[in-house]
Amino acid sequence: MEMLMNALKGLLGWVDARFPATKLWEEHLSKYYAPKNFNFWYFFGSLALLVLVIQVVTGIFLTMHYKPDATLAFASVEYIMRDVNWGWLIRYMHSTGASAFFIVVYLHMFRGLMYGSFKKPRELIWLFGMFIFLALMAEAFMGYLLPWGQMSYWGAQVIVNLFGAIPFVGEELSIWIRGDYVISDATLNRFFAFHVAAVPLVIIGLVVAHIIALHEVGSNNPDGVEIKKNKGADGIPLDGIPFHPYYTVKDIVGVVVFLMFFAAIMFFGPEMGGYFLEHANFVPADPLKTPEHIAPVWYFTPFYTMLRAVPDPFLGVVAMGAGVVVLAFLPWLDQNPIKSVRYRSALHKLNLALFVAVFVFLGYLGVKSPEPVLSELGLRFSEVYFVFFYVLWFHSKSRDAKFSFMSLIVWVGLFSLNDVARYVEGAGELMMIGWLIPAVYLAVMFLAPLYTNLNAEKAVPERVTG
Amino acid sequence: MTDGVDNNKRRFLTIAATTAVASVGAVGAAVPFIASWNPSARAKAAGAPVEADFSKLQPGQMMRVEWRGKPVWIVRRTEQNLKDLASLTDSLRDPESTLHTKGQPSYAANETRAIKAEYAILVGICTHLGCSPTYRPELAPADLGEKWRGGFFCPCHGSRFDLAGRVYKNVPAPTNLEVPKHMYLSETRVMIGVDEGAA
Amino acid sequence: MKKTILAILMVLPTLASAAGGAHLDKVDYDLHNKESLQHGAKLFVNYCLSCHSAAYQRYNRMAEDIGLTEAQVKSNLMFAAEKTGETMTVALQTEDAKTMFGTKVPDLSVIARARGADWLYTYLRTFHTDESRPFGVNNATFKDVGMPHVLWELEGMKKLINADELQKHPGAAPKFEKISDGKMSAVEYDNAMRDLTAFLVYVGEPAKLVRYELGVWVIFFLVILFLVAYPMKKEFWKDIH
Repeated sequence: MEMLMNALKGLLGWVDARFPATKLWEEHLSKYYAPKNFNFWYFFGSLALLVLVIQVVTGIFLTMHYKPDATLAFASVEYIMRDVNWGWLIRYMHSTGASAFFIVVYLHMFRGLMYGSFKKPRELIWLFGMFIFLALMAEAFMGYLLPWGQMSYWGAQVIVNLFGAIPFVGEELSIWIRGDYVISDATLNRFFAFHVAAVPLVIIGLVVAHIIALHEVGSNNPDGVEIKKNKGADGIPLDGIPFHPYYTVKDIVGVVVFLMFFAAIMFFGPEMGGYFLEHANFVPADPLKTPEHIAPVWYFTPFYTMLRAVPDPFLGVVAMGAGVVVLAFLPWLDQNPIKSVRYRSALHKLNLALFVAVFVFLGYLGVKSPEPVLSELGLRFSEVYFVFFYVLWFHSKSRDAKFSFMSLIVWVGLFSLNDVARYVEGAGELMMIGWLIPAVYLAVMFLAPLYTNLNAEKAVPERVTG
Repeated sequence: MTDGVDNNKRRFLTIAATTAVASVGAVGAAVPFIASWNPSARAKAAGAPVEADFSKLQPGQMMRVEWRGKPVWIVRRTEQNLKDLASLTDSLRDPESTLHTKGQPSYAANETRAIKAEYAILVGICTHLGCSPTYRPELAPADLGEKWRGGFFCPCHGSRFDLAGRVYKNVPAPTNLEVPKHMYLSETRVMIGVDEGAA
Repeated sequence: MKKTILAILMVLPTLASAAGGAHLDKVDYDLHNKESLQHGAKLFVNYCLSCHSAAYQRYNRMAEDIGLTEAQVKSNLMFAAEKTGETMTVALQTEDAKTMFGTKVPDLSVIARARGADWLYTYLRTFHTDESRPFGVNNATFKDVGMPHVLWELEGMKKLINADELQKHPGAAPKFEKISDGKMSAVEYDNAMRDLTAFLVYVGEPAKLVRYELGVWVIFFLVILFLVAYPMKKEFWKDIH
């Protein structure tokens, strides 16, 4: 026994002299000190990594049976579902994993928003995260074309045509992306190449950068306290505990619970009522006929609603892109020195809660047909979505009455001007009622600090609590 | 001292020159990769004109033909439809098809947007984001409102077009539906993709 | 103003249900009822498979899944293929179908996943006479469908009596009046269509038969794993605080 241990130690020594195995292990796991007060929300980082692994592994196996050819793709997916041994299981893991990825990533991002994890000195972590999010969207979008069903086809048609809305070069650009005048075999082939090779490489690279940046500055925590400010005599943060074994064993519990939900969906409802796998995607792509109800997969729908809220195609694309990009500026928008929502004002808590509600509702509107009432709500909640970021900046410090009223007048004025520009006979009433949504939101957010103590913040403790 | 300055300058020049030449090489090497994304010779060749026989088409009916991978609609309009077209002018963005004429044949620039008023021949792709709108010939259906006089409704973003493919005001689609080049070969046969101008 | 508020309020609850579409009857089928699946299979090969294919479904897989031997399938259910390992294809050519029905005849392999069981069940039971259509029949669920009522000898023929109401309210339930009797009573026909629907649901996803069962085991396993992983976490975390 002892001999074996010595032999192993010798081997490790031999490796360490040639590759920093022990050093890496210590830096990132056994001597990476993480705050001891991580809560529920801190599971989602490791879960995102888990889903990434699931997607890569299942994806590799699907590639062994899938055919990226417009005449064969649909049939090859059904071949996987029926004829390949356990093919259905692997495919459902991949399709459920796609949605799970976005659920986990959205929750992970919300965690960052709540506890100010994007604030100095973690701006770069947040930016790497935003790039991962963008790459993930591209990955999901291109993967969705591969089954070559009606939704695959028309979804790709709409999204690629978004580029066509760019002035002057748009038309050429969308042809260049498609490699044809319509979505075709050429498009399918290149999307396949990107989906299975190029984008996953980028995602993995970005994930590594995200983690390296995180481990350079150290993790934030639900109290938003920098644990490195309180170090013991040994140079170890007093509130820090080694990631391994404490968080590895904790994350294993998180992983098991997550897998229960994952398995429940995968085995008992992989279609999720048509949201994870859309019904119309079981009809082979038909370039001559658009399905009657077309909506992107759920994870794109909040941004899709923003696109639809703006009638002009190019500005719609700008709005949709801005909806994503604006998130990247959070570190410079929310300048309030208090990181965690725990010690921020009641008003800020309300603001965050409303933001989540608005985001979910925008997503909900995105799967609905564009009826007048819903379109109006889509526009109004898109307005709230964007102005939320201004409110975040506004709440960075206390503002005087003049500035508060000016903000209110300018923003409500801008929305009203837009209403005047888009007014048509008969739409007035709906417009007026819709107008109340951003107006009331802004009135509360700008004026409540002047007349109530909802803006009162709490003292941040020196050390982490609990 | 002067030696050092000279040295630095020389270094800078060698770096600049190498960088410049290498950049040219990098750009040059990128060209084939980027250009490989353009439509291949096969994709370009697929754009041949198609012939359609619509002898069986009844008034009020629509048929689809595939041209360049896109749907082309042939709609046989009724007398009533043609009367309705004239009444819609005020609710349309471009009733005479004069705003966007690029790539549009001259016979598309009128109220019926057709060579023969009875037959509308249109590319069935929404000018907004490329969905194929649904043919909705019925008058005033519950979901499209009382003013609906037949036309095309896009399920993706709610754009509306009349039976001549003219876009309504206040919908996302910016322009009227495209009319493909076409020419009649006989009373009931049409060639889509070319017209007399090209022959 | 009030009207608009009312309109918004009225829209909100309907948001939850799928907007629009024709009225659908609920179908209560049981994928574990082999008899029902076998009956459905019989109806399918006799009435559907002459025009519609199920090109991803293999005969031998079907035999195994619905509780028949390959010999039984070969002698009773296989008219269009030689070997039981083949898929359920049809001889009808696409071009012929276009001239006969004015459209391509869709493959039915995954139709139940595209349309849903309720839709199929309702569709199969809402054919009615309509002189304006090429085959003299129309369908209240799928208006102006190209398909003739191939099951009329079983169901008989009926007439739609509330066409005006449906025109105004597309979501209303269609009402019919029998004009000729078929071989089956109304209840028998409904049951037959339930079986056919069940069969199509099975064909849509054969793995469904094992999926649920396996799922229970996987979750059971995860519960066990939780029961050992959680104490492990507890054990380690005793050191903290």
